[in-house]
Amino acid sequence: MNTVIFRTVTPLIVAIMLVFSVYVCLRGHNEPGGGFIGGLIAAAATAVYGMSAGVAAVRKALVADPLALAGFGVFIAIVSGLMSLFTGSPFMTSIWLYLDLGEAVVPLSTPMLFDIGVYFTVFGTLSAVVLSLEHPGNGEDL
Amino acid sequence: MLTVEAGLILAALWPMAAAILAPLVQRLLGRYSAWLLALVPTAIFIYFLSLVGSVAENGALAARIAWIPSMGLDLAFRLDGLSLAFALAISGIGAMIVLYSGAYLQGHPHLGRFLGFILAFMGAMLGLVLADTMLVLLAFWELTSVASFLLIGFDHARQAARRGAIQALVVTNIGGLALLIAVILMQRVGGSATVSGLAPLGADPIYPVIFICICLAAFTKSAQFPLHFWLPNAMEAPTPVSAFLHSATMVMGGVYLLARLNPVLGGTEAWTLTLTIFGGVTLIWGAFWACRQTDLKQMLAQTTIASLGLLVMLIGIGSEAAITGMIVYFLAHALYKAGLFLVVGAIDHETGTRDLNGLAGLSEHMPLTFIAAAIAGLSMLGVPATLGFFAKEEMYLAFEGGDWSQLLAFGTLVIGNALLGGIGLTVGLRPFLGAERATPRAPHEAPVAMLVGPLLLAAGGIALALNIEWLAEVLIGPATNAVGPFAVALHLSPLPDFTDPLFFASVLTWVLGVVVFMRLDLLRRAMRRIESGFGWTFDKGFDTLMFGLIRFSGAVTRFLHHGRLELYLVLVFSALALALLGPVLSLDGLAALWPAADLGGWSSAIGGVALRPYEWAVVALAVVGLVAVVIAPSRLAAVLLLGIQGTALALLFLLFGAPDLAFTQFMVEILSVVILALVVARLPLDHHDHRPFEDWARDGTIAIVCGAGVSLLLLVVLSGTLDPRLGDFFIETSVPVAHGANIVNVILVDYRGFDTLGEISVVLAAGIAIVTLFRGRAKPAGASSA
Repeated sequence: MNTVIFRTVTPLIVAIMLVFSVYVCLRGHNEPGGGFIGGLIAAAATAVYGMSAGVAAVRKALVADPLALAGFGVFIAIVSGLMSLFTGSPFMTSIWLYLDLGEAVVPLSTPMLFDIGVYFTVFGTLSAVVLSLEHPGNGEDL
Repeated sequence: MLTVEAGLILAALWPMAAAILAPLVQRLLGRYSAWLLALVPTAIFIYFLSLVGSVAENGALAARIAWIPSMGLDLAFRLDGLSLAFALAISGIGAMIVLYSGAYLQGHPHLGRFLGFILAFMGAMLGLVLADTMLVLLAFWELTSVASFLLIGFDHARQAARRGAIQALVVTNIGGLALLIAVILMQRVGGSATVSGLAPLGADPIYPVIFICICLAAFTKSAQFPLHFWLPNAMEAPTPVSAFLHSATMVMGGVYLLARLNPVLGGTEAWTLTLTIFGGVTLIWGAFWACRQTDLKQMLAQTTIASLGLLVMLIGIGSEAAITGMIVYFLAHALYKAGLFLVVGAIDHETGTRDLNGLAGLSEHMPLTFIAAAIAGLSMLGVPATLGFFAKEEMYLAFEGGDWSQLLAFGTLVIGNALLGGIGLTVGLRPFLGAERATPRAPHEAPVAMLVGPLLLAAGGIALALNIEWLAEVLIGPATNAVGPFAVALHLSPLPDFTDPLFFASVLTWVLGVVVFMRLDLLRRAMRRIESGFGWTFDKGFDTLMFGLIRFSGAVTRFLHHGRLELYLVLVFSALALALLGPVLSLDGLAALWPAADLGGWSSAIGGVALRPYEWAVVALAVVGLVAVVIAPSRLAAVLLLGIQGTALALLFLLFGAPDLAFTQFMVEILSVVILALVVARLPLDHHDHRPFEDWARDGTIAIVCGAGVSLLLLVVLSGTLDPRLGDFFIETSVPVAHGANIVNVILVDYRGFDTLGEISVVLAAGIAIVTLFRGRAKPAGASSA
C-alpha cells in the first residue's frame, strides 16, 4: 500500500474526489447525483487518504470528529425541515429562494440544505467507520 | 387576586419551581432553608382555603389552556369539592412536612435535594388531584411514582432502601401502565379527553377491561391486598416521607382515582363487589398485621394499608353515608396518621429507637409530643370530639338492612376500626406512659420545627371536629357531591346521640379497641405463630418473581445471543430466505411464471431477450465474478472479487437508464470492498476456508436459496402489470412543484424527505454503534501499544 506512487498520487486523487463529491451533491436536484452519492464519494476519498497517509493525518485534516460531522448532518436536515415553521406551513414544506447575481440565478432551497445534511451524515458515518477500521491500534486483540 | 386559571395551574407548577431551587436555597440559608421553603406549600394552602367558599357555592372551578388544539387536547384543571379536600390536605400537611424535614435531617449533606424531592412530589400530587384532562392526570400520577422512588431510595447507600424504592416503583408502574390503557380506552369510548366530560360507561361492552385496568392502577397505588407488600418496605424512607407520601397523600392517589371515577364507572355490580371485597380483606389484613409489629413505624405502615382498604371498601359500598364517611375518614386519617408518623419520627430522632418494647415513660421528657400523640391516637380510635369519631359514625350509618352481606361488611368495619383504634392507642400512649426505660439516647423534647407539625395536626383535628357542621357545609358536602349525585343531608352533629342503636356500634368499637390495646402482646404472639406457620409472604413472592424474571431474561439472552458469528449469519439469512420464498410460494406467485401449456412460450421468452453484444459482455462479467468468488483461494481474495460482480451490476444499471442507481452502486461497491477488506484483515481469521463439508453444504444451500428467492421475487413482480400512477405523478409534478429535474433525488429530499430523515438518523446511529464497538475492543490494545 505504501508505495511511492500511491503516496504521491493520493493527494491529487483525494482533492479531485472531494471537489467532485461537492459538485455531485449540489447538482443532484436536476442531474444524476445528490447528497447520498456525494457523501459516498467523499467517504471513499477519506478511505484512500487514510490508506496512504495514515489515520492520524486524516483526522487532523478533517479537524472535526467524523461522527460529529454526521451528527451535524442530521442536525442540518432537521433544521431545514423546521424552516417551514417560519412560513406557517407543515414540517418539511420546501422553501425556494432565487438569488439573482446578475449573470446567473442561483436557486437556494431547503431541499438543498436537506441534501447537504444527507451528504454530511453519509460522509461522516462512513468515514468514522473506515477510520476506526484503519486505525492500527484497533483490532489487534480481536 | 389571581384568576382561577392562573391559580390552579400555578398551584401545581410552583412547587416544581421551588423544588429546582431548593438545593440552592439550602446552600444559601443552611438550617433556616426549610422555614423559607415551607412558605410555598403554606401559600398554596391559604390560596385553596380562600377558594373554599366559591367551590361550595359553584360546585367546581375550572381552568383550561389550549395544548394541542388540532387534536382537541387541552390542559384542563378542575377544582371541585373532592379535589379541594385533597389539595388542602396535600398543601397543609406538605407545609408541616417541609418544616419538619429541615429539623429531622438537619446537617444531612443532601438535605437540599431532599426538600427538592418533597416539593416536586407535592407539585405532582397537586397536579394529580387538580387535573381534569386524563392524560395530564396520568402524567402527574407517574410523577408521583417517580418522586416516591427518589424519596424511598433517598438513603441510597443502604440496600434495604434501594430495594424498597425499586419495589415501589415496579409495583406502582404496573398500575401506571394499566391506567394508561384505561385512559386511552375511556377517551375512545367516552369521547372525552377530560374526566368531567365522561358519561357513565357501566353499560359499555369494554367496561370490564376499563374497570380491571382502573382497579389495577388504584390497587397498586393504594396498596390493596394482594398488592400491598410494597408499602411496608417503602418505610425505608426517612420518616417525614412516610408521613407525607406513604400515609397521607400519595397512597391516597388510588383512592382518589376510584372516587373521581365513581360517577363514570361506579354503580355496577362488579364495582361494588370488587371494591368492597378487596377493601374489606385489605382492612382486616392490614389491621391484624399491624398487631404483629413492634417497630412503631411498621405498625403505622400496616394500619395505613388497613385504612386504605377501609376507604376503598366505602367507595365500593357507594351509598351516600358511605361516601360521606369516606371523605371524613380521609380527612381524619390524613390528620392523625401524619401526626402519628411525625411523632414516631420525633421519638426515633430524640431517643434513638422506635421499638415499642424499648420505649416507656417518655411523657416527662417529651410532654408536647405526648399531647400531640395522645390526641392523634384517640382520633384513630374515634372518641367524641375528634374527627375520627365522625368518620366512624358516618360509615356505620351506611348500614341499614339485615342482609347477611351487609352484616358481614359491617362486622368487618367494626373489627377493623377496633383493631386500628387499639393500635392508635398503643402508638399514641404506650411509649409515653409507665416507668421510664433506658434508650440509646437520653430523651428530650423535639425542636420547634418538629413540634409544629404534630401539634397543629392534633389541634386541627379537634378544631374541625368541634366545627363539624361548618366543615360539612363547605367541604364534606361538596366533596361528597363530586363523588356521587347525592343531596347530602347533614347528619353530623357534634354530640353523640345516645338513642341511636348505631351509637352502640361505636361503643363496641371503643371497647374492643381498648381490649386490643391491653392485650396487644397476646395478639402479636398469635400473629407471629401464624406467620411462622405460613413461611411465605407476598414480599418473598415478589422477590421470587423478580429473580425469576432476571433468570428468564438471562436464559433468553444466552439462547439468542450466543456470540457465534456464523450462527447469527445462518439465522439471519435463513430468515431472509423464508421471507423471500414464503410469500411467493404460499400466494401461488409462481403461476405467473409457469409456461401456459406448451413449452413454446419459454423459448419465445428467452428468444425475446434481445441484448446487444456489449450488454452480453457485462452479463458475462457478472458470471465471471460469481465463479471467481466461489473458487477464490483466500477470504481476502473473495472479498475483493466480490467487487467484479458489483461493478457488472452497476454497468447494467448504467446501460438500462438508471445513472443515479449506477453511480450509487459504484460507490457502495468500492466502499464495501474497502470496508470488508479492512474487516477481514483485522479479524483473526484463517486466510483459507476450513469449513467441514456439512457446514459448507449448509451455507451453500442457504446462499442458493436466498439468491433464488430474490430472483423469483423479482420475476414475479415484473410479470405483473405495474401501476403507472405514481410514476406519472412524479414525472408531471417534479419540475413545476418541486423545482427539480432529477426525479430520484427529488423523491429522496422532497417528496419522501421524512423517510430520508429517518434513514440518515439510522445511518448515524449505526455509525455510532460500529465506532463504539471498535473503541470498546481497542482499549486494551491501545493501553498496551501506548
